[in-house]
Amino acid sequence: MNLHEYQAKQLFGEYGLPVSEGIAVDTASGAAVATETIGGRKWVVKAQVHAGGRGKAGGVKLVDSAEEAEAFAEQWLGKNMVTYQTDAGGQPVSKILVETCTDIAQELYLGAVVDRSSRRVVFMASVEGGVEIEKVAAETPEKILRATIDPLTGAQPYQGRDLAFRLGLKGQQIKQFTKLFLGLSKLFHDMDLALLEINPLVITDEGNLHCLDGKINIDGNSMYRQPKLREMHDPSQDDEREAQAAEWELNYVALDGNIGCMVNGAGLAMGTMDIVQLHGGSPANFLDVGGGATKERVTEAFKIILSDENVAAVLVNIFGGIVRCDLIAEGVIGAVNEVGVEVPVVVRLEGNNAELGREVLKTSGLNIIAATSLSDAAEKVVAAAGGAQ
Amino acid sequence: MSILVDKDTKVICQGFTGSQGTFHSEQAIEYGTRMVGGVTPGKGGQIHLCIPVFNTVLEAFEETGADASVIYVPAAFCKDSILEAANSGIKLIVCITEGIPTLDMLVAKESCDQLGVRLIGPNCPGIITPGECKIGIMPGHIHVPGKVGIVSRSGTLTYEAVKQTTDHGFGQSSCVGIGGDPIPGSNFIDVLSLFEADPQTEAIVMIGEIGGTAEEEAAAYIKANVSKPIVAYIAGVTAPAGKRMGHAGAIISGGKGTADEKFAALQDAGVKTVRSLAEIGNGLSEITGW
Repeated sequence: MNLHEYQAKQLFGEYGLPVSEGIAVDTASGAAVATETIGGRKWVVKAQVHAGGRGKAGGVKLVDSAEEAEAFAEQWLGKNMVTYQTDAGGQPVSKILVETCTDIAQELYLGAVVDRSSRRVVFMASVEGGVEIEKVAAETPEKILRATIDPLTGAQPYQGRDLAFRLGLKGQQIKQFTKLFLGLSKLFHDMDLALLEINPLVITDEGNLHCLDGKINIDGNSMYRQPKLREMHDPSQDDEREAQAAEWELNYVALDGNIGCMVNGAGLAMGTMDIVQLHGGSPANFLDVGGGATKERVTEAFKIILSDENVAAVLVNIFGGIVRCDLIAEGVIGAVNEVGVEVPVVVRLEGNNAELGREVLKTSGLNIIAATSLSDAAEKVVAAAGGAQ
Repeated sequence: MSILVDKDTKVICQGFTGSQGTFHSEQAIEYGTRMVGGVTPGKGGQIHLCIPVFNTVLEAFEETGADASVIYVPAAFCKDSILEAANSGIKLIVCITEGIPTLDMLVAKESCDQLGVRLIGPNCPGIITPGECKIGIMPGHIHVPGKVGIVSRSGTLTYEAVKQTTDHGFGQSSCVGIGGDPIPGSNFIDVLSLFEADPQTEAIVMIGEIGGTAEEEAAAYIKANVSKPIVAYIAGVTAPAGKRMGHAGAIISGGKGTADEKFAALQDAGVKTVRSLAEIGNGLSEITGW
């Protein structure tokens, strides 16, 4: 789960880290009021979406009047913002962050992620902050400084000092950076984060460190023990069908093709999409119905797949490990009857009682094509959807 | 021979009297696995599925001399269960549960490493040595004893590979599901080194997925250390890059992790890669001459 910048900064503030004074608003007039509440003569207004690249998309602006802040909010609220990190539809803007203006002497980068290879939380810092950080990492990896956190002992002050000196910080900045590093590590672990990023972390004209942006991603497996973060969830940033699927514990991702896929297991679901494409077809979605492919869940899965108007045929691929295939076949028949599926459905059942399952499908009298193997299923569904593209 | 488990492996189950623990322990016993006990705190002294229940893993280990523990407890309690097993003296832990917080796994994995305990999973189907010992949720009946070692990040994809090796008449020496989580207890390299050393294993099937760099690291290891023929399949060629936030993920992975990069790294290491999941069996025939 992702947080908005204003929410991330709220957490930074709670951990005693330096952030701008800001107010998140959801109306244009609210933006004008916010400039007065904050005071001063210059403000930064930032559209809030779960994606980076907002500056280049016109979603960040320096304003010097309440009217200008209001006009910016008017321009963005209710619109979708497309950046190089979103899909083509973009993400809806429902909040604008109004905050004090910060004078920037230098931009740094500071981020932390769970690194699979070292099996550690790794902090990364660089003097080359800003939007080109990935280019810096690719071309001059030595400019990305790292600190790895021991999972049993946690972050230590010396690691913060080490990073600070290597970044070339001086005087009070060393202490400020170490405090920031330890605070962020505590936040990362307290809140079960998967990713944390401050880009840029700036040095102000007065020489102080300041968090100018904040991106936070939370480990989905940990939401059960993070009630405060659950309340921060903004469903408007999620795909509607994906959210609907999640309510049924179905893992769904919409794609551009015309062959709907319903599979048990994430790996097999990806493998099924791959084999459909190898046979010249184009998958309309990824959908993992999980281990318990019951009639109810299969029915919901059909509803979600068919809510995509591009779907011209559906491939059901189930490897019945423990569950019996004849029961799955009955589930598919029940679902097809209940939902009123009008496109061809190709079903490949394998595993426990597979033959009985195929027999059940055959005698159902419905427009269900039984496949005998994975390749056979892919060929049949591609043909049913109008042939290879 | 086989790897990790055989007919003599004594197994206990944590979360034994729960619905998952009960169901899969019954299946394991039916398969012939030497289940010697189970652990459910507060139910010590009871008999469940004709074997004793203990309050703690230490007690179960001391009473039964168990070699391995399989964990079916809910995700929120798995870190504790893994640490309990790791500190009891048991040397092999198989954690089936999915949905464990990543930061919990960082601690559990580090502790297992320091204690010299092998952890398989979590979020995996488990381990099986066909005809001898089944620890996990895989359907026993699709396996037959044989000469192919299978290691996989995905549950149902493992079953596909098993079925093909069974249908081709090759059979399996052992099958290990290492699980799809970001922090697995054991990785491809751990299991490949065991297969390389196992005389029963004559060829290896490796099934990966997009994300992370475990396959690329395995490819480098194979190039230097594995002499046996390997067929590899990577799922997710068609998976979209997806929305993302920030740059940290891209910086840490160094632009690796796509299916194409994984295929390329494995081919470079002399591995036979198949683009279709249905070609794993044929791929094995091709490189072994079977």
